[in-house]
Amino acid sequence: MENFQYNTESIIEIKNLKKSYGENHVLNGFNMNLVEGENLVIMGKSGSGKSVMIKCLIGLEDPDSGTICVMGKDISQLNHDELDELRTEVGFLFQGSALYDSMTVRENLEFPLRRHTKKFGVIKDTTPLVMEALENVGLANTINLMPEELSGGMKRRIALARTLILQPKIILYDEPTTGLDPITAKEIILLMISIQKKYNTSSIIITHDVDCARAISNRMILLVDGINYVEGTFEELITSNDPKIQAFFK
Amino acid sequence: METILKIIRIFKSFLLDIGELSLFAGRFFKEVLKRPFEFKEFIRQCYNMGNRSLLLVAVTGFIIGLVFTLQSRPTLQEFGAVSWMPAMVSISIIREIGPIITALICAGRIGSGIGAELGSMKVTEQIDAMEVSGTNPFKYLVVTRILATTFMLPILVLFGDAIALYGSYLVENTKGNVSFLLYFNKVAEALEFGDLIPATIKSFFFGFAIGLVGCFKGYNCKKGTAGVGLAANSAVVFTSMLLFIIDFIAVFVTDIFYDL
Repeated sequence: MENFQYNTESIIEIKNLKKSYGENHVLNGFNMNLVEGENLVIMGKSGSGKSVMIKCLIGLEDPDSGTICVMGKDISQLNHDELDELRTEVGFLFQGSALYDSMTVRENLEFPLRRHTKKFGVIKDTTPLVMEALENVGLANTINLMPEELSGGMKRRIALARTLILQPKIILYDEPTTGLDPITAKEIILLMISIQKKYNTSSIIITHDVDCARAISNRMILLVDGINYVEGTFEELITSNDPKIQAFFK
Repeated sequence: METILKIIRIFKSFLLDIGELSLFAGRFFKEVLKRPFEFKEFIRQCYNMGNRSLLLVAVTGFIIGLVFTLQSRPTLQEFGAVSWMPAMVSISIIREIGPIITALICAGRIGSGIGAELGSMKVTEQIDAMEVSGTNPFKYLVVTRILATTFMLPILVLFGDAIALYGSYLVENTKGNVSFLLYFNKVAEALEFGDLIPATIKSFFFGFAIGLVGCFKGYNCKKGTAGVGLAANSAVVFTSMLLFIIDFIAVFVTDIFYDL
């Protein structure tokens, strides 16, 4: 990714985040910040706490301790309505796409739209917004299909369109290329880059995919045992002599 | 000793389930009055649960009416009381057999369906996806389903009762040459509002229990496909048990009113 011009304003700030499930300490004081327009890649072994961290960030899991500030708001202090309002600014792309399988593609995209009348007003005709989101991911012709009629790559794109339709300022990607063939994975990566450029979104990308990290990251964090092991650009990390870091890039 | 410990463990987990189910029901009552009302989804669920269960309820009701009359006929004939057949069949079906059989069928058809559907939505992160898109999944998925089962079951029970009585009439017509008008006149003479109203009220509670347990099991489904199967299965088992408990309480309460 081309050189990123940093500004100092963090739109996400996580401090000393801890989360355990019984005796299993998943996050042990994780710290992170994301600045506007930045693509931050988080890599780590399976079970290192990446997905738990991202779920704490969006309020799907409650952390044991630590603070999470999103766009200046401490999410632990927000009530349910305030959290829902904040969630319209933070999109989440699930690893398994998580399309609603009883709804068509159109209904999947309309679903969040119809429920956020505060942000968008009452929309009588959602078609232009749905079509715009689908055109962004190059799948305008799938509008009336059911999720089971789509391939894995198409599902991932539709899920991205559903995320984009709320016009979020931040997008969280949970392993966006996992389970896809290399060509489709590359298409998804290019799509993520084009979306970032078009809408100037900030992103946190959780991935194991080195190609994805190389293509999209402005900055990377390696997560080991629930704590930041190292932080730097892709080039800094790939040229490191530390065997633990090297293990990620082999 | 090991067996006793096992029984204690099962009983403890049953009590925990009851506790969690009560909290879940409490959340339902809290959310049901809050805006926005998901009216479109409620209607869709009513259609899914009501319309699609009609055939099953009709077939079962018809067979029960038929078999019940065929089995009772020889005994009544022995006592020369065949003319009491419409009264006996209608009171039994309206008061007890109709509601409980329809509820058990719906527990299998609807309860397991809800458990499996919500369970699979949970494991494929669709419920999480709703939550992160700023929608209240409990209101959209749970409240609408519980309301739909609560309102649809009494209708299905009345429909099943009518079909069962028709099945009974067919036997009487074939074996005893009883006309449609005579049969249903006898039914109307035997039945009182006191038979119909408690049974209908009971059916609302049956419907509520089916929706509540199905949603509870599905919504709290453990990860993995095995969890989905378990959610569907335990929804049916738990609901069936709960239906008999509700039935017992309903009959007990109705009996008090009859005494008054």
